[in-house]
Order: sequence, then C-alpha cells, then structure tokens
Amino acid sequence: MNLRSRLNLIIVQALIFSLMLALGGRLFYLQVSASVKYQDAALSIQSRDVVNPAIRGAIVDSSGIPLAMDRPGLVISVDRSTIDKLPNKGLNVLNRVAKLVGKKPESVFITTRLCGELPSSKNAGCWKGTRFQPIPVTRTATKEQALKVLENSDLFPGVSARSIPVRSYPAMAGENAAHVLGYVGSVSETDLLNSGKNYYREESIGKDGLEFEYDDYLRGRAGIKTVTVDRVESVTRQAKSTPAISGFNLVTNLDARLQAATEEALRTSVLRSKSLGYRADGGAAIVMDVNSGKILALASYPTYDPNIWQVGLTQSQAKNLYSEDSGVPALSRPLQGMYAPASTFKTISVVAAMDAGYDMNSTYKCPSRVQIGDREFGNFELKSQGTMNMQKAIAVSCDTIWYKIAYDEWVRDGGLSPHSGLHDYFFTAARGFGLGKVTGIDLPSEASGRLPDRQWKENFYQEYKNYYCNFKKRAKKSDLTPYLIEIARENCLDGNIIRAGDAVNFSIGQGDTLMTPIQMVQTYAAIANGGTIYKPEVARAVVKSNGEVVKEFTPQVVAENMLPKKAVKFLHKALRSVVTDGTAAAVFSSFPVTVAGKTGTGQDLSKNKDGSAKDDTSWFASFAPIKKPKYAVVMVVSQGGFGSSISAVGVRDIYAALYGVVDGAIDPTKKIFPNGIPTKLPKVDPKNVKLVTP
Amino acid sequence: MTIYNQHSRRDKFRENFVGFDRLLTLSVAALLVMGTLLVYAATKSWFEAQGLDPQYYLKRHVINILIGGLLAYGTTLIDYRLLRAYTPIVWGLAVFGLVVVLIPGLGSEINGAKAWISFPGGFQIQPAELAKIGIIVGISMILAEKRDIDANPTDQDVLKALAIAAIPVALILLQPDLGTVVIISAAIVVMIGTSGAPTRWVVGLLLLAVMGGFTAVKMGVVSEYQIARLQSFVDPSADPQATGYQLRQSRITIGSGGITGKGLFNGPQTNGRFVPEQHTDFIFTVAGEELGFLGSGFILLCFGLLFYRSFTIARRTNDLFGRLVCVGVIAWLAFQTFENIGMTMGMVPMTGVPLPFISYGGSSMFANLIGLGLIQNVHLRTR
Repeated sequence: MNLRSRLNLIIVQALIFSLMLALGGRLFYLQVSASVKYQDAALSIQSRDVVNPAIRGAIVDSSGIPLAMDRPGLVISVDRSTIDKLPNKGLNVLNRVAKLVGKKPESVFITTRLCGELPSSKNAGCWKGTRFQPIPVTRTATKEQALKVLENSDLFPGVSARSIPVRSYPAMAGENAAHVLGYVGSVSETDLLNSGKNYYREESIGKDGLEFEYDDYLRGRAGIKTVTVDRVESVTRQAKSTPAISGFNLVTNLDARLQAATEEALRTSVLRSKSLGYRADGGAAIVMDVNSGKILALASYPTYDPNIWQVGLTQSQAKNLYSEDSGVPALSRPLQGMYAPASTFKTISVVAAMDAGYDMNSTYKCPSRVQIGDREFGNFELKSQGTMNMQKAIAVSCDTIWYKIAYDEWVRDGGLSPHSGLHDYFFTAARGFGLGKVTGIDLPSEASGRLPDRQWKENFYQEYKNYYCNFKKRAKKSDLTPYLIEIARENCLDGNIIRAGDAVNFSIGQGDTLMTPIQMVQTYAAIANGGTIYKPEVARAVVKSNGEVVKEFTPQVVAENMLPKKAVKFLHKALRSVVTDGTAAAVFSSFPVTVAGKTGTGQDLSKNKDGSAKDDTSWFASFAPIKKPKYAVVMVVSQGGFGSSISAVGVRDIYAALYGVVDGAIDPTKKIFPNGIPTKLPKVDPKNVKLVTP
Repeated sequence: MTIYNQHSRRDKFRENFVGFDRLLTLSVAALLVMGTLLVYAATKSWFEAQGLDPQYYLKRHVINILIGGLLAYGTTLIDYRLLRAYTPIVWGLAVFGLVVVLIPGLGSEINGAKAWISFPGGFQIQPAELAKIGIIVGISMILAEKRDIDANPTDQDVLKALAIAAIPVALILLQPDLGTVVIISAAIVVMIGTSGAPTRWVVGLLLLAVMGGFTAVKMGVVSEYQIARLQSFVDPSADPQATGYQLRQSRITIGSGGITGKGLFNGPQTNGRFVPEQHTDFIFTVAGEELGFLGSGFILLCFGLLFYRSFTIARRTNDLFGRLVCVGVIAWLAFQTFENIGMTMGMVPMTGVPLPFISYGGSSMFANLIGLGLIQNVHLRTR
C-alpha cells in the first residue's frame, strides 16, 4: 500500500467515525439533554381531554323565578377540520345543513367561518373560536333534524348532532332583562390565553352581564376524560376521568315582575316621545332599594331577545345588535349611556350652595337672562319667574339663580386666575356624589360619566391643544365658521382654565358634564336615605342546588354621612314640591304615592348622523315614599324631549306597578313587595316554580 | 466418497466460521437481533389492532435474515478474487433491473420513487440494492487491475471505473432515489481515494458532486417532493402535515424515549403510529422511544464496531482489490447508516433509505449481508 492510499484510508476512517460520533452526540442531546421537552411534546400529541361541560347554574330573581337557566337542547355543529377537506371546501354540505335547519346558506357559511377569515366589514356572526372546535350552527334543532344528520352521515360528513344543555331565558313574567343577564358563548382564543382561568374549548362561558360577572360560580366544573389516541384519533386507552360538577345558582335582587313593568314603562315612554315627534333613540330605567343599593329592576331600550345567542345568531341579527340605524341594541344604556344630567343635577348644586353658605330660605331673583362676562345666559325657555326662595327655584327649575351663584363662586375662587385654597364648591359636591367615577355595580363595562373639573380640563387641553391651535389647518372645511374659529382661538389660548361659562353651565348639569343613569339613581338614593352612597348590587347570593349558601352579597357602603342633615331636609322638601307644585305636578296629580323627584331636560349640542341637531334628553330622577324612602327610580330617554312629559310619566308608571296603583288608589294586594323588599333568600328550584302575579 | 465429501464440507464450514472475524460477526448478529425486535415492536400493535397476524412482519423479517445469511455465507465460500468473474453478471442484472423499474406497469412506485419490481405473491425487489454490490465490486476490479500492488491506477482506469458506475447511478437518479445516489457516489469517491488514484480525481469529484447537486435543484431535475423534503428539513414548520410533520414526529419520538426508554412494545408514539414508515426507514425511532438512549446508543456502538473491524480487515489485506471492496462496502453501509439515523434525528434531509441490518426489507437485507460476506471473504483470504 502506498503512502497516499494509506493516508486516504486514514482520512476515510476518521470521517466515518466522526459521523458516528455526530450521531451519538445528537442522540445524547435528544434523549438525555432535551428529553423532558420531547416527552412533553409526545404527551400532548398522544393525549386528548374529552370535555363534558357542566350544567350551568340558573340566574333567578329575588323570589326564585328563573331569569336564565339551562334546558336540554340539540345542537347541530360543523367540524371545519373535516369539512375543509371535502371537494369545494364542503360548500355542498353546508348548503345542505342550511336547508335542513332552515337558514340562509350565506348565513351558515359565515357562522362557520373564523372571524379572521372574513373581511371585518362582512364578518358579523362569524365564529370567534378555533377551527378545531365543532362550530354550532343551531342549538335548537328539532329531533327530526338531528336524526337526519345522524342517519345520513354520507350526506353530512363533518356534521354532528348532540344533545347539550342550552341556555334559555324563560321570561316567565314577560321580562327581557337582556342587558342585565348578558349572554353565554363559546370560548374564544383570547379567553383560552387568559392564564387566570382554566377554560376548555368545548365550554360555554359568560360573555356579558351577570353571566360574565359571575361566570366562575355559574359555570361549574367541566368533566374531563383523558384518553390516549393514535394517529387517526381513535382512542387506544382511557387514562382518567373526573365527573362534571354543576354550576351554582345565582340569586339576584331583581324582581321579574318589576323588571317587566319597568321595561314596559320605558318602552311606552320612548314610543310616546316618538309619537310627539322626537327622535327618542334610546333610554334607560332603573329601580333601586335606597337603603341597600339593591338593583330591583334595570331596563335598557332598545333591547333584543337574549335567546338569539343560543339559537345561533344570524348575520342580520348580529349586524343589527351593533347598528346605529337600529339604535345599537347591544349597548346597555343604564351603565354605558352618558347624558348631560341637566336640571336633575341641581340637587347637587343645592349641596354646593349650602356648603358655600347660601341660605335656602332667602329669596333670589329668577330673571329671564343673566349677563356673564360678555355672554348672556338665558333661563329655560327664557321665562322670567320673578323672585323666589330656593325650594320654589327647584320646583320650577329656575336656571338663572344658579348662573348667578355659580358665577359669584367662580369669581371668589379667582376667576380666570384661580388662587390657591380653592373652594370649588360645585366640583366638590359633585365629587362627593361620585360623579366621574364608576359606581362599581356588579356588571361589566360600566362607563364613568364625566366630571369636567379643573383636572379634566387640563388633561383635555393637553390632548387637544395642537388641534385648536392649528384649527384652520386641521378642521373640516364645514367647521370653519367665524364662531367656531373664535372658540378654537380661545381654547388654544387658555383651554385649560375653567371659564365663567364652564362654571355656570356646570351648575345646571350642562356643558361637558355627563352622567350615566346608574350614577343618577345612586345619587338620588343617597339623597333619599340621608347621605349614604351604596354600591349598586344586582347579585344577592350564590347558592348550591341543595340550598346551601356559597356566598352572600351584603350592602356595600361607598360613603357615609356625606350630606348635612339640613341639606337632606331641604332636598326632600324641595324635591317633593317638584311633584306637588312644580314641573312634575301635572304628571303626578292625585297620584297616591308620595314621590319626590326632579325633572331634567338636557341639551345635547352634538349632531345626529344625518347632521340634524339632537333633541333634548328627558330625565326624571326620583325616590319614594317621602317618609322613610324605600325606592329610587330613574328614567332617561335620550332625544326624548321634556323631562316632565316623557320620563316623569314613565317613572310614575313604574311606581304604579310597584305599589299596585289602580284607578288612583293603592291596591295592597297588587303591590309587588307587599311585605317589603325581600331579605330572605328564596328556594331555588327553577324547574318547578310558579309566578305569582300581583 | 459421499461420506468423505460430507465430512469435507462440514470441515470447510467449520473452518470458515472459525476464520470469520468474530467481532464483526458478533456486531452484525447483535444488529440483526435488535432489528428483529424493533420490526416486531413497530408492527405488532398495529396489526393486532386490525385483527391481523401481529407476527406478520416478524416472520417475514426472520425469513429475510435467514436467506440473507445464506447468501452471505455463500459469498464467503469462493475466494473473493475469483468473484471478479461474476461481477459482470451481477452488474448486468442490476442494470437490467434498474431499467425494468422505470418501465411503466412493471416498476411500482412507492413514496414518489419508482424503485421496486413487484412479483406475484407480494414479493418486491429493489434493484438499486443489488446495483450497490455490482458497482462496488466492479469499480474495485477496474481500479485494482494492476498486477503490482504499488502501481497506482491511472486516469484511464478512473474513467473506466466511473463509466461502470455512471450507468446504474443515472438509472437510479431517474427513479428518482436521490438518497441512494448520494450514498453510492460517496462510496465511489472513497474508493477512488483509497485506490491511490491521483488526488485531483477526488477533489474534482467532490466539486462535481457539489455543483451537480446545486444545478439539479436549480434546473428542476430534482422532483418537487424532494425539494419539499429539503425545505422541510431547513424549516420544519413549512408544511406541518407532510414531511415536516414526519421529521418533527420522528424527533419527538426519539427524544421522548429518554435514557432508558418506554420499554419494548410499550412506546405510545410507536403504538399510536404517529411516525410513518416505522418498520422501514424510520425504524430507529422505535429504538429511540422504546429502548431509550441505552438501547439506541448500543445500536450505534454495534455499527461503530462493525466499521472498526471492517477497516482493520481492509488495512491488513495486501490485495488492493480486497481492500477496495472492503472500503466500498464500509463507505456504503456507513453513509447509509448516517443518512438514515441522521434523518430520524433531524440532522440531514429526509431520504428514503433503510437502516442497514435493522430495517425491514428483503433486497436491502440481502445486499447488506452479501456486503458483510464480502468483507468476511477478504478476511478469510488474508493470512
């Protein structure tokens, strides 16, 4: 053997042994160093959790009437991972399913699309879950439909029919309560990423309202069967299984009959307003126990049928829920609607004025106009009412008295150059009632309203300074009117400073001030009970099916003694005189319940979509009875017109239902709470419960 | 006379066995035993679940080993130097077979390659395996034709050798079975290198291989599924359901075995059939999962020992032909082993080559054992 040959042989040996060594090294890495990782990966490949969702707890009213409960239902669902592999992406099968369940083919197509698959303009009603879940087309299939699917698996590949618990809203008293109850839906990808919750893809979870807020109690625990599968997903071994545990029942403070009556009063008020020529695009009505913060009824208009979520939203239903043309029925106006409180705010102004030392028994002038700086502020409808004391000023809702007081106080605080040690009586009083902060009601997505105090002004200025200072360049052409240009110039100059006009507007609940109806009812409840602010609460208790109490929700005091006795006394008297001698006297004439309240007719300077000016916001905020008040009732109809003729009438209807007023007299047998607001927990047996009609 | 003959045959048999390189025999025997267990483990639960004979593949595998063993023994009987006479026949048969597989209707296509000739009764033959033997012995013959052991092959010899190899390699490329082409080419380069031929040939051939591979991919000579395999090697997430999926499953299966493995017949990945082709090309994953690092490491050790002993035999012989045959067989088996195991562990792109002595498959088993017989033959005649 020559040298070259020998050398090459050595090289080849070295090469081959290094290849073997490389294999050994890689083997060591896979099986020793990184083995744990691969063992986990293998486990996730081989094992499947078969989830059997638990029966969801019922939501009942304070007398045990079910508002939401699970009923057995049949679901027909489509498995995308199977259907996508069919010719034409399974379109023929989808069309067959649509025909079977009586829906439009396009609707079924969109229902079975992941939201990301469609352009966002066309994906209303799309599937928010994943491709790997069976996508329900309907949850209310008939037995015949289900059998057809099961018997003709050749015609319906990838389509399944199963019996599952379906959420239903029995509406036994005719109540709707869609916005309080919320709805349940399939787990979405974002839900699954929520590390705090242990959701399974197959589960339904609360998505809004009480269903969302108390989901952890209601949902129960899904049963899990862990199985080992092979490559074609057939089960080779069953490892372990835990049974499903039903969810707990939720007892609320609501009363189904009062809820129905409140909804009806709100609906008729909106329709009455419409018949008078107002736009009346929405409204809210709330009944609250003034001595505990319990929410007895909470209505929003327009509303929708909560069962549509379960039947399977059609595309038009889904679109309709959020469309402005139909008034955005999905919006919960009691919590999310923000309106200028207008004259209902004057109760707060009273507190501010009394703090500032004004005598409520002195007389004040109520002229038709007041000159503030270089601007003139008119009274409501430019009426001059002469001279009066404060009680009368509240009763007839004089504005100009408040302009004067607010302006004087603004000047005392330094006017345009505020000095240190500000009193800010008006802002302070409003803050005391919790304006600009959420009430903390046990429902999701509550809006905070707006308290346009000095801090808010400063923040707003920082955000919009650039816009106002470059108004001519940035504004729309149509906005370049001399008036708006002048306003922009002022805002650019000292937009961060509370001006006289701001102070004056604030005193009558206008300008930038916004309140939600729930804030309003909380405020009037505090006036009624003598100065305690309660957190509004819908939930009363969580109970097991055997009646055992899991959790009880006791009244939560947010602030105590926040009103001087003198103020309480004056406000009760003044608000009662609104109903007896003032703006609401006509509505409540010879009404047997001693209601005290305040009308409000708020101006909204923004524009409708079609460019027309907005109609006034109609408010009535109240409590009753005047001696030892029990209930606070608030109604607002946006673009509804006058407070007295629209909302006050609606509120009266609610009191009539509450007290059983028939032909101008109280019929005690028709009272909703003949023995007072329930304090004892009801027996919860949603399947065998009878409605007692008052 | 008869008695004498029998006696002499038995003597010869014993003589042969005694003369075999024991460690070499032992390491191959160990691999065959391991392979038998693994083929059984890969197919047992699968066939059981389908209500078929769970020992279907086990029985066939054992028969393959027995036939292969006889072929190997037969290869050792005649002096390997006399084997040259049969080389043209083997080569001719291989080329004939390789042509036949390409004829539509005669060759059967599995996984995108027309590599098999099917016979009635479910038997299949893979001519490429036979071609490996033909090429290795053929090239050895031409490169070692000089009488003088110290005379190096000339350029002409190398060209002749390449010509001998080119025809079957081209035919295999047409199937297309890129994995086998790579293995044979590598073996050829190694043989030319160890033959003492001018170094420029080795360098030139290596460059040619690189350029050839590059242009093949560029010009579209390589079929789509081969490019897919290459891409999925570079980026396993490119196609999670197809080849990338296989490679990922394969790695996970091996990795999940850990140090001691899940125990023979107890691998959930194997029993769930998550890895495709597990009794043939991906058989190493069964070892990885069920026998763990200890078991699969043992297989690597056996291969190491096999190559070490074979190299020793190659070094000891004074005959260039014998040495080249040895080196050719080693290079073939070693590159094939590396390509196969490396593929299952995600080190090299996916190719469809079996693991020598372990994978199920008759043609491959026969060829491997004949290769072993050739090395033992050289060993027997080196004294």
